[in-house]
Amino acid sequence: MSAPLIELETVEKDYGEVLALAGVSAEIAAGEFFSLLGPSGCGKTTLLRTIAGFEDPTGGRVRIDGRDMEGVPANSRPTNMVFQSYAIFPHLSVGQNVGFGLRRKGLTKTEMARQVGEALEMVGLGGYEARASHALSGGQRQRVALARALIMKPKVLLLDEPLSALDKKLREQMQVELRKLQRQVGITFILVTHDQEEALIMSDRIAVMFDGQIAQLDSPQALYRRPVSRRVAEFIGVMNFIEAEVTAETGDRLTVDVAGLGAVDLSAEQCPGGGGGRGAAVGIRPETMTLLIDGETRSGRITEGSVEEVVYYGDMTYYDIRLDGVPAPVTISMRNLPGRAVLERGARARVAWDASAMVLFR
Amino acid sequence: MKRSGWLGIYAVAYLVFLYAPVVLLPLFAFNDATIIAFPLSGFTTEWFAQLATIEALHDSVINSLYIAVSTAILATCFGVFAARASSRYDFPAKRGIMGFIMIPLVLPEIIIAVALLVVLLQLGIALSAWTVILGHVLLCTPFSIAILNSAFLAMDRSLEEAAYDLGETRWSAFRLITLPLVMPGIVSSLLISFTISLDEFIIAFFLTGNEPTLPVYLWSQLRFPQKIPVVMALGTILLAASLILLTTAEYFRRRGVARTGAKDTGGFL
Repeated sequence: MSAPLIELETVEKDYGEVLALAGVSAEIAAGEFFSLLGPSGCGKTTLLRTIAGFEDPTGGRVRIDGRDMEGVPANSRPTNMVFQSYAIFPHLSVGQNVGFGLRRKGLTKTEMARQVGEALEMVGLGGYEARASHALSGGQRQRVALARALIMKPKVLLLDEPLSALDKKLREQMQVELRKLQRQVGITFILVTHDQEEALIMSDRIAVMFDGQIAQLDSPQALYRRPVSRRVAEFIGVMNFIEAEVTAETGDRLTVDVAGLGAVDLSAEQCPGGGGGRGAAVGIRPETMTLLIDGETRSGRITEGSVEEVVYYGDMTYYDIRLDGVPAPVTISMRNLPGRAVLERGARARVAWDASAMVLFR
Repeated sequence: MKRSGWLGIYAVAYLVFLYAPVVLLPLFAFNDATIIAFPLSGFTTEWFAQLATIEALHDSVINSLYIAVSTAILATCFGVFAARASSRYDFPAKRGIMGFIMIPLVLPEIIIAVALLVVLLQLGIALSAWTVILGHVLLCTPFSIAILNSAFLAMDRSLEEAAYDLGETRWSAFRLITLPLVMPGIVSSLLISFTISLDEFIIAFFLTGNEPTLPVYLWSQLRFPQKIPVVMALGTILLAASLILLTTAEYFRRRGVARTGAKDTGGFL
């Protein structure tokens, strides 16, 4: 791997009373779509603003392109930001907004107009130069903010919850568009979001943050399949946790006694969080279990239970099922394929599951 | 229905009480009798003609305008500094400092006037237009801060950061982005300060040297009953001038609101 574009070295931010960043270290490669994901107050926005130069870290180091950013103010960093509120200048036209950062570059009028036109074209707003910026819709404002930042040709584009103000449909559309745009321009994007789905859809890698620290930094797939802690697992999607006990450990195989489900054989890989001790819990995602309907059969392990709750979503149905011998009900999601019945509350159910889908937390 | 009828009467009575004296002003300014009483005797513009000949009056008007313009500019500058600081930054004892700045808003003017007079005399500073300006700035700055604070708070603080992020300096970001956006507030503040200073009497009375302001001059003239119609004429001119000023200001404010598509927060009118 080539030298990372951004190096964060035990970055700390201490606001006197609160420790917003408690030693964050990470390396972000050039051209990467990187997300900072976490609940509000976890320090993700502070970290983004520290990279942008709006906040000075109280400890640690931020390097961009090999250069230490200490003492380099935001207006001279090779970063540009898309703000949560978009921060479109309301008294300027769309063209003036997009060309704002070019004012100091000493370009001719025609060259400036050409670049502004190109930038607007890129975000799908070609010909909008003369529009009044306050008359734009939310999605259009977002595009103008993107064009205004990208026209600066930054090494890193920082996005602070850029889609949170949009409605669901538009947000989903913009997620895909933003990802395409990033591939097209090849600039490193760092996205701050609290929406785990958004992070999964868009990112090459995701840093999950809690309490000012990175809890896990991984690709979306690894994060979803192999969360290192229950907290990460709960934050990314839904996971069922069942009490378990590690009974034997040989090489990279573990034998685990799962409450109600019996002994299972897991590989060390399935315990990404590491740790020792016998007391543990296994996690299993709702979609990795299958509800067998009308005498369907499946190879692998089958456990019986009764349906406690049914939530119908149209494309999916979520069941809460109390498996015989398992202390807490588990959630199972089933796609509503044609011909597949939806079970009623109180019905008996047979659930097929596979130990290879389990994650062990010790 | 009956209740709204009573409320209607109350509202009309209130308006009559508020504006009837003001309407009497131009009425008697054009009445050709020195006694201010009905019935009106005839139409004249003599009192206005007399206005043009009184040298001391002209001096006092010039004095007042000089003081009011200086006060408006100074108070608004201080207002911008304080409002920006209090709306953007957290600093120790912020609430206390802002509270003390705002106190002249509720302090009896006579106390400010006497206190200032004592201090100025002790320091050996001669009374002049500038001592009046000093007092008026003290009085107007809280109004200016109150107006500008809401203008600054209504502005998204990311706007200035965005400009800074795009390569501008702190100052140019302020000049290019913040200043145009709070301009309606600045205009309001200038107008309010100007108006307050122009008709302020107590502080001017105490702190003016031998160059009286217009209100102080008018007050001195009220001792001579034959001068009262002239005062009425002057009042009429001032009334017309302030109406024109306020209408213009409101026109520009609404145009500004429409241009930036901001929500109309009502302004001061």
